[in-house]
Amino acid sequence: MFKALVALTTPLLPEDYLSLVDPLWSTTELRGRVVGIRRETDRATTLVIRPGRAWTGHRAGQYVRIGVDIAGVRHWRTYSLSGPEGDGDITITVQALPDGLVSRHLVDATPVGSIVRLEQASGDFVLPSPVPSKLLMLTAGSGITPVMSMLRTLGAHPDVVVLHSAPTADDVIFADELRARPGTTVRHTSADGRLDLADLDTLCPDWRDREAYACGPAGLLDAAEQHWGDARPRLHLERFTPPTRSTGGEGGTVTFGDREVEVDGGASLLEAGEDAGVLLPSGCRMGICFSCILPLRDGQVRDLRTGEIRGEPGDMVQTCITGATGTARLDLRPAEETR
Amino acid sequence: MTEAQVEELGRRLDAIRDRVVADRGQRDADYIHSIIRKQRYLEVGGRALLFAGILPPAWVAGTAMLSASKILENMELGHNIMHGQWDWMRDPKIHSSTWDWDNTSPAEAWKYTHNYEHHTYTNIVGKDRDVGYGILRMSDEQEWSPYYLFNPLWNALLATFFQWGVALHDLEAERIASGEKTWASVWPQLKAIGRKVRRQFTKDYIVFPALAGPFFLPVLAGNVTANLVRNLWSHAVIFCGHFPDGAVQFSEEQLDDETRGQWYLRQMLGSANLEGGPLFHLMTGNLSFQIEHHLFPDLPSNRYAEIAPEIRAICAEYGLEYTSGPLRKQYAQVLRTINRLALPPEKDTTPDPTTALTPTGSETPDTLAA
Repeated sequence: MFKALVALTTPLLPEDYLSLVDPLWSTTELRGRVVGIRRETDRATTLVIRPGRAWTGHRAGQYVRIGVDIAGVRHWRTYSLSGPEGDGDITITVQALPDGLVSRHLVDATPVGSIVRLEQASGDFVLPSPVPSKLLMLTAGSGITPVMSMLRTLGAHPDVVVLHSAPTADDVIFADELRARPGTTVRHTSADGRLDLADLDTLCPDWRDREAYACGPAGLLDAAEQHWGDARPRLHLERFTPPTRSTGGEGGTVTFGDREVEVDGGASLLEAGEDAGVLLPSGCRMGICFSCILPLRDGQVRDLRTGEIRGEPGDMVQTCITGATGTARLDLRPAEETR
Repeated sequence: MTEAQVEELGRRLDAIRDRVVADRGQRDADYIHSIIRKQRYLEVGGRALLFAGILPPAWVAGTAMLSASKILENMELGHNIMHGQWDWMRDPKIHSSTWDWDNTSPAEAWKYTHNYEHHTYTNIVGKDRDVGYGILRMSDEQEWSPYYLFNPLWNALLATFFQWGVALHDLEAERIASGEKTWASVWPQLKAIGRKVRRQFTKDYIVFPALAGPFFLPVLAGNVTANLVRNLWSHAVIFCGHFPDGAVQFSEEQLDDETRGQWYLRQMLGSANLEGGPLFHLMTGNLSFQIEHHLFPDLPSNRYAEIAPEIRAICAEYGLEYTSGPLRKQYAQVLRTINRLALPPEKDTTPDPTTALTPTGSETPDTLAA
């Protein structure tokens, strides 16, 4: 049946026409529609998203990559899913960062009805099965979001201790829900100061016996890792690792597939790669024919014509007019194989 | 022009390019999305109407819509998207590396012969295989043989079967004949063309007509006509982009140590624009702005009309020819050239005015002096 339809729509797919009716009918590009918006704090907003049919669900604590078009350009970011397992709709809770292009777009400029691109949920910051009898959640700031998914999935689990920190009462995301949960301590760090993990002995005396889940700023997670010491196997961390950014300079180390190449300031990635013996697709060598493009996996690159530094994971890079600016990783897959 | 002037010209054109690149945004994204939507509605509408094609008005309207859809798909969408004009949007559905078109020429092969060979070596006889498409004599530099007595006939056939001509063009038959290209390397290309041809042929000439049951013939005739209209139209537009009077051809020596400014100059002098209204420009895929397209092949097509006055003014300033004219006039000149070049070169006559500007051969004209 599908094959017969493809014969009618070639070189396009049936969904390219069906998408004119409903963008969620795509089977090759997972999309979602924003069906609800909940203001959580001044800066944080929960988006309720109905994913397309291909969505395979998520486990509590996992994250999802979301692609949004801003000024015509697609940007991808990763957000924890804050809703319980098993719901048809998914939720992400986004805290707008002052210069966060995507977070501000999602919080301020994404009305109900907007279409976003999605990838399947991933991440191994999840509850084991069966669920341990005693749990400790150690969170700060927006680190509460994956844990909230766990709490909502657990429902009235008898023994969960939640220690959450946020600057002020107004900054606490899911404040009402947390207040209603027994065993929850919320600390306001601007008044009470940062949580000292030595206080764990009074706040949660049996913390060593609990399966612990921690999510928040790197400082908190590093401190927790140290503090747990011998009990470290019971501590599960979720680190929001920032993507590699450019160091701003000219030249750097570029990885083509599994080959690392040092690239000079003036050299194009194509020349440098070829000089190092990497077989790269090429064409006009002046930026016009797009034969040499490779997908960027990591890092950023510099346009040799304009000096502009750019790049996000998934960008296609014209290697003949692009130089290195710090470290970057490119896939060696030639363009035709990405179809 | 002095060397310094040529380089200054290059810098000014780079500045125009940078300005447009920095300004790309929502307006452009909305534009390409709207053209994609329009093309798909035209295609669905045209095919639906053709099912009622037993009624002459429905047949005419359906065929017209399908023709328009195929022209848009070929030129404003396929040609421009595969040039990477919309890659900046980072939408994998509208990207040069993933787009495939409603055409018998496979995307990858076309990107090589067109984006790379034609756009890098524009109008260099012997390097740009679009000069004559390996079939025609389109330049005085091509040696005459009795085969070219049929130049007008070959051209008529090429125009009629243009998409097939482009597909076979990608095979570079003359390079196989000369031994430059091995049969082993041709085989995968042939297979790719075969796959593409099978799908295209099945869709237009078997499945859609068959779906119409008793109205098989009107649907088949409509599809044949739509493909023919698209072939004739794209052939006309493309030939008018490089072969009217005033468009210059070059020799391989001019490639030696060519600077960015000289490259720009070659693109300008080698291309020709067509004049018309907004709908005309859209239906040519904005290749009516062939000069702007050749200067900046990867800028979004909707921007060519905006920068054209500036390019024309720059040409005037430097005293460079900005070849431009209405389609009928340019096409007449193209046909005249095709007819003239069918005949062997006359030895001792004054040069034809159309070739006076052609800086091929050993002498380097002032305009290209480096």
